[in-house]
Amino acid sequence: MLEIALPIGFGLIVVALVLNLYRLLRGPTLPDRALALDTMYINAIALIVLYGIANNSKLYFEAGMLIALIGFVSTVAVAKYMTRGDIIE
Amino acid sequence: MDTLVEFLVSAAILVGGVFALVGSFGLARLPDFYLRLHGPTKASTLGVGGTIFASLLFFSWQEQSLRLQELLIVLFLFITAPVSAHMLAKAAMHRQLRRREDTRGRPWKQ
Amino acid sequence: MRKLLPFPLLSLFLWLTWLLLNGFSWGHGLLGLMLAVVLPLGTRPFWPNVPHLRNFPKLVRFVLVVHWDILTANLAVARLILGSPRKLRPAFVELPLELEDDFAITLLASTISLTPGTVSADVSEDRRTLLIHALDMDDEAELVAQIKQRYERPLKEIFEC
Repeated sequence: MLEIALPIGFGLIVVALVLNLYRLLRGPTLPDRALALDTMYINAIALIVLYGIANNSKLYFEAGMLIALIGFVSTVAVAKYMTRGDIIE
Repeated sequence: MDTLVEFLVSAAILVGGVFALVGSFGLARLPDFYLRLHGPTKASTLGVGGTIFASLLFFSWQEQSLRLQELLIVLFLFITAPVSAHMLAKAAMHRQLRRREDTRGRPWKQ
Repeated sequence: MRKLLPFPLLSLFLWLTWLLLNGFSWGHGLLGLMLAVVLPLGTRPFWPNVPHLRNFPKLVRFVLVVHWDILTANLAVARLILGSPRKLRPAFVELPLELEDDFAITLLASTISLTPGTVSADVSEDRRTLLIHALDMDDEAELVAQIKQRYERPLKEIFEC
């Protein structure tokens, strides 16, 4: 059952990432692109976790954790830059 | 592999994948920024939640012991997703982004 | 004791996080314990005044309610997204706040963002109003009343502010 569910899961998330990429390229505004990147990193975590299950390895959890940390910080930095024109005041 | 666990893991993967897709679909499809903000903050978070739950179950079953490390990712996302949505909404209001004409109420001046 | 552990809950949380990250063993238990004491002491000046938790059972209940709402909210939002975007009735709503504490307001705003069709967009300077964007709103008064009854009141009871 898992042999069927895993590829489908990969497929769903890859399609989701393509949709994010569409929004990232299309815009039309800067916050839209930032939001697209934000969603992209969240979906990337899901993809990495699935890859961990497929490869039967627990190492990927730490990669997911790191992406979660860095993604959040960068989204906040970009949003802050857009509101204030500065990241650290 | 134990059929029940395998079934649960597969179901969690599918549910997570579907929610991630729905969130991103909303991001690609909805007409203005404030509407798009809704998809990723909710659906994508649950999408990751689903896959993490699958991974939790899978490795716990494989090692025959409870394994909760992955929960940290979900916990972290649940704390951070509203914050980044809030920051992006503030940025959007600051830039006075166009909103759909039939939106009731008004955003604040920044 | 209060001097050594200014935020007992934070220390407990840090300790559990450390154990989750590194696995449960005596060595890591001890190291995590040391960090859980030292980190809150070192970062103390940066923390806002966290209000005292008065009602622990209520907090557990609140967390469960919010998790249930996140699940149902996702189903509702999924249906809205997959339906026709023309049918959506977006709105900005101002929610008058009864909470006075910064931390409680933050919790409320985060909860609103995670639950049905609403994202909190801004807090007024005087901390008295919260600006919310709703994906599909029927009636403004109803939405405000629902948020107040379901999330704000329990938070008020939990922190008594």
